Amino acid sequence: MNWFIQFLTSSIGRKLIMSLTGLFLILFLPVHLVGNLQLLMNDGGEAFNVYADMMGHNAFIQFTAKGLYFFILLHAVQGVIIYMKNKNASGQKYAKSTNANATWASKNMIWLGLLLLIFIFIHMGDFWFAMKFQEWDQAELGREMIAYNIEGQSVELKNLYAKVNYSFTNPLIVGVYVLSMVGLMFHLLHGFASAFQTLGLNHKKYTPAIELLGKLYSIIIPLAFAIIPILHYAGVVGK
Amino acid sequence: MAEKTINIKLKVWRQGGEFGGGKLVDYSLDDVGTDMSFLEMFDVLNEKLIAEKKTPVSFEHDCREGICGTCSMVINGQPHGPMKGTTTCQLHMRSFNDGDTIVVEPFRAKSFPVIRDLVVDRSSFDAIIQAGGYISVNTGQAQDANAIPVEKDVSDAAFDAATCIGCGACVAACPNSAAMLFTSAKVSHLSTLPQGKVESSKRVQAMVNQMDKEGFGMCSNIKACEAECPKEISVDNIALMNRQYLASVLGSDKQA
Ligand code: HEM
Ligand code: SF4
Ligand code: FES
Repeated sequence: MNWFIQFLTSSIGRKLIMSLTGLFLILFLPVHLVGNLQLLMNDGGEAFNVYADMMGHNAFIQFTAKGLYFFILLHAVQGVIIYMKNKNASGQKYAKSTNANATWASKNMIWLGLLLLIFIFIHMGDFWFAMKFQEWDQAELGREMIAYNIEGQSVELKNLYAKVNYSFTNPLIVGVYVLSMVGLMFHLLHGFASAFQTLGLNHKKYTPAIELLGKLYSIIIPLAFAIIPILHYAGVVGK
Repeated sequence: MAEKTINIKLKVWRQGGEFGGGKLVDYSLDDVGTDMSFLEMFDVLNEKLIAEKKTPVSFEHDCREGICGTCSMVINGQPHGPMKGTTTCQLHMRSFNDGDTIVVEPFRAKSFPVIRDLVVDRSSFDAIIQAGGYISVNTGQAQDANAIPVEKDVSDAAFDAATCIGCGACVAACPNSAAMLFTSAKVSHLSTLPQGKVESSKRVQAMVNQMDKEGFGMCSNIKACEAECPKEISVDNIALMNRQYLASVLGSDKQA
């Protein structure tokens, strides 16, 4: 077998892919969050709509987005393969099993991950697909396009802000978003530090700092994401 | 002082012979001295079974002093039982209370098939050692203690890793049945010292490849292994092995 293929399909090789794609997603999330926080500005959606339009037309962003989709799929597919191989390696279940010394998240990464995957599909369907390919129901949103005066010129943009705001009037959608962010928190409470251990980046001086950063990240980022649908639902922003 | 005794109930996994594919069988044992080790308790049970003309429970044991690693069994869901950093032979009945029901099962993993009752075949570990867990360069005669300078904390780290007795509790505890703690303890022990360092690049590839070939799972960094290891081997060794493996495969011309 070619050494490189053998490496990529070795236990440590598979975990390397898991770790690197996971870390890429960890880098992506704050960037995504900063854009989304514009949904909390009470400006009738101008900042967010301008931003969304820019993201849709910027070549660099579009290229990076393709990489992002690929890495999400790679992470998910690899995660499922690892889970199935591990199931296959483990013997009959213990009649009495404690495993009391391991965290719940660490033992449930696959289920937390699959929850996130389902969420990503719902989320993409809601907003990405809607932005790119759909005609929107004018009755729901008032109107699909909105005009802004930018640097003296009138520009017509798709009113994604109104679409988001409308979606977040549905308690079911808000519930799915908040639940998924709780899932993300648990996935990262284990995943963040785990990714460094997988890479072999373990150090007496730095590992405690990585673990602390991981805990802070895992709580703050999902919380900040979850606040957006909650505040829209509560009517604190957007209307 | 009179010896304290307890009455216990046991649910022991019996497999093979009249027990076929295996099941938990109930036994009760009265007046068990709390100073008995867990294995001595099994000796008493087996004498009772033999007196009743029943088949005694097969279990593995050798040194009975915590250094050989053969006394594999899962006691109430924990490899080697409830006491931290202890093998089954070093576990005493004083860790249990009067009236307790104790569930005893073999180590479970595809790569540790049950031979009979509590005895499992751990030759997959031997195969990992045979793949590279040795030094084959000529290291000459026994050295003067001070001929090869080794820093104290380095030798301590090597000795800590070297305390791994190859018992397999790490695999038994791991939900993925991964053998990373065992393999990494060996890799780390050998590569930390000057004589072993020489072949470390090739060794780590050979041992990891064999570990995969034996069908062990992958490490999710759950760390149940570290918690259950009777020698308290640290998962730091796993990070070290990952680091060495990546460096060896991607950064050297070695191919195992
Ligand atoms: C924003 C989304 C996600 C982020 C930031 C993320 C991040 C991570 C990180 C950092 C790890 C640790 C890697 C390691 O231990 O080396 C991890 C592990 C894992 N992820 Fe994700 N992940 C995400 C989505 C998903 C999805 C959609 C799945 C779908 C199945 C998934 C499944 C898994 C599994 C199964 C593991 C554990 C692998 C193992 O150690 O055995 N993740 N994730
Ligand atoms: S690492 Fe610990 S649990 Fe695993 S084989 Fe060695 S001594 Fe046993
Ligand atoms: S019998 Fe040797 S370690 Fe228990």
